Amino acid sequence: MADVTNTAAPTMANAGKPIARYEARQKVTGGKIYGDDLAVPGKPAHGWLVTSAIAKGTITAIDDSAAKAVPGVLMIMTHENRPPLQPMKTFSTGGIGLTSQEPLGGPEIAHDGQIVALIVAETFEAAREAGRKLDISYNEGRPATTFGSPGVVRKTTKEVVGRGGGPTLGDVEAALAGSTHVVEAEYSTPVQHHNTIEMFTTTAFWEGDRLTLHEPSQFVWGAKVGLAKQLGIDPDNVHYVSPFVGGAFGAKAAIGHRTPLVALAAKQLGRPVKLVPTRDQCFTIAGYRQETKSKVRLGCDAEGRLTGYSHELDEFTSLLDPYHNGGLENSAAMYAFKAVGGDMFLSRGDRNVPVFMRSPPEVPVIYALESAMNELAEKAGMDPVAFRKLNDTRVNPVNGAPYTSRSLNECFDEAAASFGWSRRTPAPRSMRDGDWLIGWGCSMATYPTSMTPATARVTLNANGGAKVEVAAHDVGTGAYTIIGQTVGERLGIDPRRIIVQCGDSDLPPGPVSGGSVTTASVTSAVAKACDQLLAKMSASGPMSDEDRRAAFDRIGSNALIEYAEWTPAGMDPKQAKTLYEGGVPFAGGAGEDRTMFAFGAEMVEVRINERTREIRVPRMTGAFAAGHIMNPRTAHSQYLGGMIWGMGSALLEATEMDRLRGRYVNDNIAEYLVATNADIPQVDIIMVPEQDDEINVLGVKGIGELANVGTAAAITDAVYHATGVRIRDLPVRIEQLLV
Amino acid sequence: MRPFQYERAASPARAVSSADAGSKYHAGGTTLIDLMKLDVWRPERLIDISALKEPRMTRIERNGKALRIGSMVTMAALAGDEGVRRSCPVLTDSLWLAASAQLRNMARLGGNVLQMTRCSYYRDTSYDQCNKRAPGSGCAALDGSNRHHAILGTSDACIATYPGDWAQALIALDAVVEILGKDGPKSVPFATLHRQPGNRPDVETTLAAGDLITAFVIPDADWARSKYLKIRDRESYAFALTSAAVALRMDGDAVSDVRIGLGGVATVPWRATAAEAVLKNAALSEDTAQQAAEAAFAGANTLEHNAYKVELGKRTLVRALMDTAGMEA
Repeated sequence: MADVTNTAAPTMANAGKPIARYEARQKVTGGKIYGDDLAVPGKPAHGWLVTSAIAKGTITAIDDSAAKAVPGVLMIMTHENRPPLQPMKTFSTGGIGLTSQEPLGGPEIAHDGQIVALIVAETFEAAREAGRKLDISYNEGRPATTFGSPGVVRKTTKEVVGRGGGPTLGDVEAALAGSTHVVEAEYSTPVQHHNTIEMFTTTAFWEGDRLTLHEPSQFVWGAKVGLAKQLGIDPDNVHYVSPFVGGAFGAKAAIGHRTPLVALAAKQLGRPVKLVPTRDQCFTIAGYRQETKSKVRLGCDAEGRLTGYSHELDEFTSLLDPYHNGGLENSAAMYAFKAVGGDMFLSRGDRNVPVFMRSPPEVPVIYALESAMNELAEKAGMDPVAFRKLNDTRVNPVNGAPYTSRSLNECFDEAAASFGWSRRTPAPRSMRDGDWLIGWGCSMATYPTSMTPATARVTLNANGGAKVEVAAHDVGTGAYTIIGQTVGERLGIDPRRIIVQCGDSDLPPGPVSGGSVTTASVTSAVAKACDQLLAKMSASGPMSDEDRRAAFDRIGSNALIEYAEWTPAGMDPKQAKTLYEGGVPFAGGAGEDRTMFAFGAEMVEVRINERTREIRVPRMTGAFAAGHIMNPRTAHSQYLGGMIWGMGSALLEATEMDRLRGRYVNDNIAEYLVATNADIPQVDIIMVPEQDDEINVLGVKGIGELANVGTAAAITDAVYHATGVRIRDLPVRIEQLLV
Repeated sequence: MRPFQYERAASPARAVSSADAGSKYHAGGTTLIDLMKLDVWRPERLIDISALKEPRMTRIERNGKALRIGSMVTMAALAGDEGVRRSCPVLTDSLWLAASAQLRNMARLGGNVLQMTRCSYYRDTSYDQCNKRAPGSGCAALDGSNRHHAILGTSDACIATYPGDWAQALIALDAVVEILGKDGPKSVPFATLHRQPGNRPDVETTLAAGDLITAFVIPDADWARSKYLKIRDRESYAFALTSAAVALRMDGDAVSDVRIGLGGVATVPWRATAAEAVLKNAALSEDTAQQAAEAAFAGANTLEHNAYKVELGKRTLVRALMDTAGMEA
């Protein structure tokens, strides 16, 4: 193969400038920008977590004599001596907790790797040595591990949490019975862990009654208020500092056990305490993507028009808290279905509590739908792209709410032209290159456009310098860059002269960095604050230097400060107050009056060795339309990373479990596989221009969780095209192809 | 990690005389430090040999057909040796396909062959059962997660896979290991360096306390038609699911000499002698290659998740044989 480069797309219509990242220099020179890097007052003590060696049972005894004898050990906190804490609500029940289980709350063990002790010492090495010497005895029970394990009970989601029946439209059984072609298949997705490069670190210190935390966070205001409640202190006395996050993917929004424990230890010792857990501990002290099963029935008529869509979704979750994602209301909006049915189910076991992971519902649900779409297209004798275009819709078929914009067909056209899709011969095993079987597959990508209230404060100086402050979060997405760009474009000033401050709970509150809401929500608030500034200067758009100086002279001031609150259309503006209470109301996606989604089309080529069956992915093409693109360079990076993630999700990523012992086995990044450079020779990204004047101030749709949706369905269809073998259980493993 | 003493050896002889049952040699450290951090290995003393400059331990030397490779040569240095690549590509292929660039720059070949298994139950001390780590405690992999585990050379006490790649080339080519021991220098066949687990999986090798590997000698390293095929879940930086080191000499279509090592499938570096016997002096074809593969895996013992390695191992060997036969001699 020729040398390939994954270059950024050229400047396109309805897009901002592809300026470099705000923090580019710090990122490439190793700047101290992450929570664990930040300076603390005085010499910190160091923490070490001890986690349970069993998945179910009770601690019968703790012998800490050898651990205490290690020189430098300052504290061994266990359930026997933990200071008091208040109850914590989970994210799903209006709180910020990963789990409602109390940290070090008692001798009961509810999952593998539960925190059973926090050791603090003068050095990391002493804390670790003491951790190894802490002798814990257990009475071990037999855990219920996953689907099919003894002791696992399946109930409808509605029975467990009181809601979640799934959308219905018409009589799906009759629609399927009357169909010319029907696909009925079961698809499964595995446990996956976020494996952010930055660990789940926590540093805490107290200055009088005021607690400061340096901790990677996707939601500093939520964390501040939630942790204050758990510690029983005034939220104004909690300061969360998280300027940059070294990978989050949903794992760093909720507060787990470690945070309150480190805060308590710092209080008790009267000095900063710093905790850096190990990689394997990060598999069990934080969340993960739970395993799912989907039973899909999908029908079409003789012309290929979709009829009925039935989807039964099974999710696994923890006996501690019933975290789940659902997602059928979104998949039901995707095509012109005549009838929709299905239900959602939860099975629970002795596991840690799952949490959001990049495109939480869409990754499993759209994988199942799009796989069934590919299978049904084949049954109907249609090209899968033509099949999708035929079944495109302008409204959500379930409630008739129109899409504010939808460019799926344009995405398929652009992707197909670039990829050379017309050269695909449809029969399985019909394309090859020597010993290598070639397969081409495609899928839709989609993600709901959600928005939340946001606030922002913008300071403009007469000389053209500016500062924008909002407690939004940069999890690697480029939030600083586009927030600064918004100010620059709105006011007509050089983005390099704009100071951007994010990730600090002393700033005006922003939403959780989740659901791909940041760009759409925060830039709306920032733009609103800029418009307020312009109004004060009696201007209606970006100003020249001369006009701005003249306006400041007129006003008789050298700086202007404006604070704005923004709420999405259709939401009560009073909801902005929720941000100050540590909450965040969402609007968007499949709504009552409007349907808001971003779309994409993905095409992949796989090559599979005829004999040994290893799978390689020499090229992938993705075309995406998501309204106004703030910055084609950062957007390209999101799409590129998303497609690589999607490919890894299809072929590599899975947490292996010891089903007997209820424990994660490959809990390191040598054996939990993510794509290496060698796995991804070429990824072509196309940004399809799209204008949406209805959706928000700047016409922006979130893109962070778009490109990794559907990729797995494209890959498995390509595997089928290459080999004639349908794989429905992810990830695709070589042993499934040795037939 | 637990406290330990650290000393730098001034010479190989000093290192050996200083060593005892509680000490470990430190060269690249890529396995040693890893396992110490995991609390699996708890040496009382580290004897750092990484700065030793003895020519016999640091050079790659050719003498006619013979190749002598010092134990302190890094993986990267041998992998990048153009002369060795031309005369015996299986020796360099197997290194290029191992580890990552960073690890290959650090790791020395002496330590490479002694790389420890990746069995999760061995590497995680929170599991009570591991006969290799805690003799007599049992084996959690037997009824646990065993997709990556061995199917050849296993016992009821241990099924941990030998993880290395280069060792398959060494065992195929009848390499000899030069060792400096408490009683002076000695040479042993590479094939006798590792022990199958039997009922003592904690005893990995036949090395005596203090034995220091100084070099590897390949008496006949003239195998231009040789190759290492590694099948793994991802394209780079992954351990072998199955692998084959193959060296052939052909007389027309007939195999005049053949060497086969198998990786990813056995508890130790594995010489497929039964497969070699099938091919020796036979015409190489799909059929004979398949017969050889059947012979190679005739004794396989499989468990819940690793049964696929029989079929994959056979296909890997057949492909390696056919590919190697197609190379220019």
